[in-house]
Amino acid sequence: MNSSVSSTSLAAPVLPPRDLKRSMGSMLLWAFIFGLLALSWEGADMRPMALIENSGNMVDFADGFFPPDFMMWKSYVSEMWITIQIAIWGTALAIVCSIPFGILCSENIVPFWVYQPVRRLMDSFRAINEMVFAMLFVVAVGLGPFAGVLALWIHTTGVLAKLFSEAVEAIDPEPVEGIRATGANGLQEVIFGVIPQVLPLWISYSLYRFESNVRSATVLGIVGAGGIGMVLWEYIRAFYYAETAAVMIIIIISVSLLDIVSQRLRKLVT
Amino acid sequence: MLVVDISGLNKSFTRDKRALKDVRLQVREGEMVALIGASGSGKSTLIRHIAGLLRGDRDGGKIAVFGETIQENGKIARGARKVRADIGVIFQQFNLVSRLTVLTNVLMGLLGRVPSWRGSFCMFTKSERMRAMGALARVGIDGHATKKARHLSGGQQQRAAIARTITQGARLILADEPIASLDPASSRKVMNTLDRVNREDNVTVIVSLHQVDYAKDYCKRTIAMRDGEVVFDGPSTQLTPAFLQELYGEYSSELFANGSDDAAKPVAEPAARKDLAVATS
Repeated sequence: MNSSVSSTSLAAPVLPPRDLKRSMGSMLLWAFIFGLLALSWEGADMRPMALIENSGNMVDFADGFFPPDFMMWKSYVSEMWITIQIAIWGTALAIVCSIPFGILCSENIVPFWVYQPVRRLMDSFRAINEMVFAMLFVVAVGLGPFAGVLALWIHTTGVLAKLFSEAVEAIDPEPVEGIRATGANGLQEVIFGVIPQVLPLWISYSLYRFESNVRSATVLGIVGAGGIGMVLWEYIRAFYYAETAAVMIIIIISVSLLDIVSQRLRKLVT
Repeated sequence: MLVVDISGLNKSFTRDKRALKDVRLQVREGEMVALIGASGSGKSTLIRHIAGLLRGDRDGGKIAVFGETIQENGKIARGARKVRADIGVIFQQFNLVSRLTVLTNVLMGLLGRVPSWRGSFCMFTKSERMRAMGALARVGIDGHATKKARHLSGGQQQRAAIARTITQGARLILADEPIASLDPASSRKVMNTLDRVNREDNVTVIVSLHQVDYAKDYCKRTIAMRDGEVVFDGPSTQLTPAFLQELYGEYSSELFANGSDDAAKPVAEPAARKDLAVATS
């Protein structure tokens, strides 16, 4: 008798009335999105026709990249290695600083007159792009990788401190209370109650930032802060497109390899 | 000796609801006191106040533990951290750090006793580690010392929490619904362990319980709370069914449903480990 729920025995289904308010809302949203795109057309100097008109030139231009010229591959690889080393040091210094700053940004650990100013400081570290910091540090400490390390350090500290503090704010407060009840001091509450809970997330965030710092470090050389970006910039400015292609291939391979390794590691800890 | 001395303690979380109303009570050394009452009657709140984890209202209430003020007039006393070192707190949710090993969790009990820098770097001496292992042996879970706390069952975690208070050398144990999230067999083991610590080490125990049967079985004295007020304080034998009916209202029938008939074996006596056992007085 399962078939008793056959559709024929029921009255024709009644559709719920259309929710006018809702459909109006979504219409307005789409209108806003398209309006915004249209408004930005001129400012962004959108000229899709140029792609077609200049297609001949573009083919010539692209042709210059092939075949890639790997004559100097040894120097590219060693410059790429320097780029990675810049990212390693920039990230490492940032992690060390982000631990105290991250905790001082957390509203469940410190009072508002501590976390508010520290958060604003971290905001400012994060607001300025690494490239801008790199230009400033090139002036301060001279051309070379060290300026790149300093730039990554400051910017990454701003990013990681925020991510670290978000992890701290999501902890389970009960183990911390358990530690406090034994007569432990505030620092010990953080060391034994907070850090064991957030460590896997912190490691994962740090590795992720290392990946993106390697990508950032490849362009830091353009402003003179060392690494493969310097080589890349020289070739592009001199119209050596075959060599440029070779450098780009080296960057793509190394960044992809590091991403894969780092992703595996991140899966391991969480 | 007076272990806990509370006078005129009030606590309001919001303006119109009083969580504690003029609580005054005294507990003497060596007592094992049950704290009963329906959910929301103020048992946990009272225990957290005694441990100095919550502050009372600023209207003159005072709590002294071992003669030292832990809070007065809504302010945690300066020496509270020192007093806390003598108080072991056991929570319903165990409050262990789940990613650390059981042994490390138990060693945390020493944080209030060893120099700060040593505690902060988790540097404990061999004799301190032995003390922690001895405590684990006493509660019968020394075989799990190197496991992570989260890999233990609820009852085992709760006994690890008791081992932490033993290692701490606590002279007062405050247990906040220690068996509320455990099955009956584990509940018995945990209550037996608390009972032994009370009798053998002369540790004063205040334990809040949801089931009245456990209070009758384990505690000579019972304090009953309703709506933040102490409504009964006397021998557990005087708890009449009529009074309990009134205390718990409509929930009273389920209170007696489980308890005495599912008694588990008492915790195995680690007699061979007696030499490691910690004198807590």
